[in-house]
Amino acid sequence: MTQSTTLNAEVKTAATEEAAPFTPRQLMRRRALSHTGFLVGAGLIAALALIALFAPLIAPHDPFVQSLSSRMLPPVWDDAGTWDHILGTDQNGRDYLSRLIYGARVSISIGLGAASIGLLLGVSLGVVAGYFGGWVDHGVSFLLTAQLALPGLLLAMALVFIIGPSIWVVIGIIGVLHWTYYLVVTRSATQRIRSLDFVAAAAASGATPRQIIWHEIVPNLIPQIIVIFTFELGIAILAEASLSFLGVGIQPPTPSWGLMIAEGKQAMFYRPWLVVLPGMCLFTLVIGANLLGDGLRDITAPEGRS
Amino acid sequence: MLKYILLRGLLALAVAFTVSLAAFFLLNIATDPAQAIAGEDATQEVVQTIRARYGLDQPLPVRYGQWLVGVLQGDFGESYYWHKPVAELVAERAGVTITLALAALSVTILIAIPLGALAALNPNTWLDRMALGVAVSAQAVPNFWLGLIMIILFAVMVPIFPVSGDDTWRHFVLPAFVLGASSVPAVMRLTRTGLIEVMSADYIRTARSKGFRGGALLRRHALRNALLPVISVLAVQLGQKFGGSVITESIFAINGLGRLALESILGADIPTVQMLIFVFAIVFVAMNLLADILNAALDPRIRIS
Repeated sequence: MTQSTTLNAEVKTAATEEAAPFTPRQLMRRRALSHTGFLVGAGLIAALALIALFAPLIAPHDPFVQSLSSRMLPPVWDDAGTWDHILGTDQNGRDYLSRLIYGARVSISIGLGAASIGLLLGVSLGVVAGYFGGWVDHGVSFLLTAQLALPGLLLAMALVFIIGPSIWVVIGIIGVLHWTYYLVVTRSATQRIRSLDFVAAAAASGATPRQIIWHEIVPNLIPQIIVIFTFELGIAILAEASLSFLGVGIQPPTPSWGLMIAEGKQAMFYRPWLVVLPGMCLFTLVIGANLLGDGLRDITAPEGRS
Repeated sequence: MLKYILLRGLLALAVAFTVSLAAFFLLNIATDPAQAIAGEDATQEVVQTIRARYGLDQPLPVRYGQWLVGVLQGDFGESYYWHKPVAELVAERAGVTITLALAALSVTILIAIPLGALAALNPNTWLDRMALGVAVSAQAVPNFWLGLIMIILFAVMVPIFPVSGDDTWRHFVLPAFVLGASSVPAVMRLTRTGLIEVMSADYIRTARSKGFRGGALLRRHALRNALLPVISVLAVQLGQKFGGSVITESIFAINGLGRLALESILGADIPTVQMLIFVFAIVFVAMNLLADILNAALDPRIRIS
């Protein structure tokens, strides 16, 4: 993670490389294991993904069951807290820890869905623009400039509100508005790969543009696409949380961390943990995605590090 | 130079109108504005009357044409919700948001540039690592949550600043911090890499050998060159602050354009939403244009090519 350790690691790998040649895969593993940020990010994401996956097994209570008699119970560190509800309960008497655990499911699935839609749009446009160039490229560039000028959050809010909030609408709209990063990177990478000898060789041996794109260009873009996907995952998760917080995203009673912050807001002066805890969950998930993305970038393309 | 600016200006206008076109069609296809004005349980006749009254019975391209003609004359239509000209509504609220955006940009500058410079001048030390940590964390913090935490900390637990409102300068401190914090990572990283690059340049070595040290070297030689790209990024970030004001203004109950946006969305007030998207897009492209021009004006190398 720190500049000095990665630099040292690089010097070391460079030195050992001459002594005993490693396969690229071995080199990558070595770089991964000496990259603190990557390890922390991967660990956080893996832990939260497992929590999301096994939520029904981990959660101590049903996250949807309301109980009028146990509303707004304090967490266990409070004098009045009990171990039955470790993090207390919310304004409807639902177990807060269980809702936080299920919230990981909502955040991660929306993040994955939206980042995948953005990937499909951005990579298709990027590869086509980079490969064909000319007016196609000009057209895509104009589209890019227009998309960047769109106030994304505002349009997303308006569309979700108008179409009617459901998890699919939220995924679709966040995805459709987050493709520019994929486009910018894959477009310039395609332009670069296109001018390389092996593409010329493929063209000379009679490959169609479609074959060149699928067999020569796309496979070489995959490491970069994975890196962007990881960053976009974090961005999409924050976008969902913002929409849900403003009331134009995930609707009650679904446990979304953004929505839980909005619900806890009314009581935040007396029960700050209702707001603090879901925010910490969001922060952990997003910082995990960002560290993982930074790490993957360093590991897959160490020479391109800025 | 003039030709360059004109060309970029035309492109920016084209972009702004493309955005307005896209927004218009998306907003009007996704909903029936007449139904939205009339309310969920209005009879079919009422909806029809409203449709005719607001000209909503015309085909969509015709309506966009009418909107466009109006806009060119400064008429953005009438708000369905407040029943007065949208342009008036926006004009009333714009001042607060401009103040907030500028204050937020100042916060970004005050935090990001010193932090980036400190990191660049002490590379690979704990200072550098701390600055990187701040950037990585600021990128992952949900902005609306940061706002609530700031209110809990500095308006309730240690009551230095008011919880909400927009009456005095003190009301703007916390919102400006929250809105400004989101730009800190980008600006800080850029300052850091720019300064590291500049510090290893030949002319800095020359200046060093001529006896320049510390502050003078930094001010007269290094910062001036390192900050060139930062200035244009700051212009872009300022453009984004307007769109970003939606969350900050709703948390701190600031009566600006962001809050107007949220209110008009929740009120299905399409003309207001449409104008706000157009205004935010115009501000964004204008700031990008400004960034391009600043870049060209400040860096003679770009002007030549």
